Amino acid sequence: MHTPELAKTLEEKQELSIWFFCGLLTLVYGVVLVGQGLYDLGHPPATVLNELHPTLKWGALMTFFGAIYVIRFRPGKG
Amino acid sequence: MREAPGNVAGGLEDYFMHGLPAMLLSVDRQLTHLAPVDILILVLYFALVVFIGFYAKGQANTSEEFFLAGREMTAWIAGLSFVSANLGSLELMGWAGAAYQYGMLAAHCYWFGAIPAMLFLCIVMMHLYYISKTHSVPGYLQLRFGEGARALSAVSFALMTILMSGVNMYAMALVMKTVLGWNITFSIWVGAGTVALYVMLGGLRSAIINEVLQFVLIWAGAAMIPILGLIEAGGWKNLKAQIAVNVGTTDYGHMWSTLGHFRDNPMGVHWTGIVFGLGFVVSFGYWTTDFLVVQRVLSANNLRAAKMAPVIGAAFKMAVPFIVIVPGLLALAVLKNPDGSIMHLVPESVAAGTQGLHSYNEVLPLMLIRYCGPGLLGLGITALVAGFMSGMAGNVSAFSTVWTYDLYGAFINKKASDKHYVAMGRWSTVIGMLVSIGTAYLVMNAASIMDYVQALFSFFIAPLFGTVILGMLWKRATKAGGFWGLLAGTVGSISMFTWVLRDPTALRYIAMSPDARPMAENLYRALWSWSICVVVTVIVSLMTKATPLSELSGLVYGVTPIPDDGAKSLWQKPMFWAIVVIVVFFILNLMFW
Repeated sequence: MHTPELAKTLEEKQELSIWFFCGLLTLVYGVVLVGQGLYDLGHPPATVLNELHPTLKWGALMTFFGAIYVIRFRPGKG
Repeated sequence: MREAPGNVAGGLEDYFMHGLPAMLLSVDRQLTHLAPVDILILVLYFALVVFIGFYAKGQANTSEEFFLAGREMTAWIAGLSFVSANLGSLELMGWAGAAYQYGMLAAHCYWFGAIPAMLFLCIVMMHLYYISKTHSVPGYLQLRFGEGARALSAVSFALMTILMSGVNMYAMALVMKTVLGWNITFSIWVGAGTVALYVMLGGLRSAIINEVLQFVLIWAGAAMIPILGLIEAGGWKNLKAQIAVNVGTTDYGHMWSTLGHFRDNPMGVHWTGIVFGLGFVVSFGYWTTDFLVVQRVLSANNLRAAKMAPVIGAAFKMAVPFIVIVPGLLALAVLKNPDGSIMHLVPESVAAGTQGLHSYNEVLPLMLIRYCGPGLLGLGITALVAGFMSGMAGNVSAFSTVWTYDLYGAFINKKASDKHYVAMGRWSTVIGMLVSIGTAYLVMNAASIMDYVQALFSFFIAPLFGTVILGMLWKRATKAGGFWGLLAGTVGSISMFTWVLRDPTALRYIAMSPDARPMAENLYRALWSWSICVVVTVIVSLMTKATPLSELSGLVYGVTPIPDDGAKSLWQKPMFWAIVVIVVFFILNLMFW
């Protein structure tokens, strides 16, 4: 059984996975893009094919994959 | 046939290796501006990379940790970092522009100019790099050929990387100025300061984490261009048809069928130049002996991971044309002026002097602006910034390793403590970055320096490959042979460069054709300098006393027991995946023949 001190040391040594960083960045960007995409529904940007709502869809995709990686590689797991 | 690029410095190999077109020199224009959400995305990126630097500092206490990331990286991380170190923003922008000019021919740099060499690294060279436990490529040369070869290689590499970092820095500032109207000094200092901070703190580990992040970012930021572009063009088949109508030829979809003669293709190269110059010497030289990329693979946590890393890198490398070459091709079909007419991009020299014209090198930003509104634009710009910063970090981390191990530790202070060398690594990162900043300002005041810095790279890498490959495969190669071969190849390359610089008609002798264009020069110069290196190494080696076999164990095939890499099943064998990659590679080449 781990003492609180040892547990704390082990926790301190717990490395953050590179994939966690990738997931985090993707998730945060995805959320930002979804927000912007929703805003674009009422204020479409002057870009080609904006009717396809690429910002919203790409943001949703990034949020999905970002969330999977953040959960899968979150600190303290495994 | 389209006009050759006006001021694409160096040529194909420079594009390929460090992608340094003397681009976007017309800095009095601004393509777009960022919305608050775009700035938020950029700021979040900077915040994360600085955090990573502080986070990685705790795991960069010994020299092994600081310079080789503790040799703890998995195959996937080392592989992505390996390919990402070469996926800088200048490569992306330069090759997208090249695709606009030359069509699918430009994809040679990603396929024939990379994949065979990466797989060769996996199958043949990685064993010896890994078994010898070398910390750098000059380090391997020292073990195999002695201090002379190491000193020559380390000095040239250190000089080259630090100058390249400065050129990269200036190019980033120039792109930001052209695309967003940012102040050049602001871009240089913010970019350099951030990179210096996270590399100084976290060493190679920090650089690798950021390279993997950059890889994800580049795909996230650039993939929307080909996706939306192909939707607008009506698919690949319609895209090819539209290009044929707009350009007046179907050659743009082919990679090999127009390479029968120098004058049959807009690059002005012959298939021998692509196969032997690019595919063999330049590509093998870069991917197997340039320490900037090899350092990433050396960070792998075991031999199998080190062998798998280049295979993983090769698989992803094959996909890169989707976000680089396809946008260049799409621009030929869909890019239009405000009045609805087809937009014709022009050489940089023409665009710089004419209002309203854009250069080939602006293809990627133009396509980004075409499809990406607020948010997506910020993501794309952040990907470009990340690419530039990652390029600088790659150069400066490799520089600090070679400086500390192969110059300072080898010739100046041989007996310092490990802690001292780590401190030297951190200081050399900062000083290296300051020299890079100086180089950036030097280039800003004399753009022609950029051409010479790019040429520097091509002087060293081809002969270096000759030396390393003979060292690994030929037991009879001696220390004197290795040193004099490397020196002769380098001097030969510089001599040929100077010859063509003073007398451009000399190109016909180096490329062996009066129809050769500047693009061909570097390929054939590399081929000649490699040949000079090999011939001199062989002659001098045969004239000098052979090295005892006992000294070659762990360094040369034939006298080195090759250890088992631990693969238990077919799926774990690097060779199996290398075969899968090479089969896909051949299929792709046949599809675009």
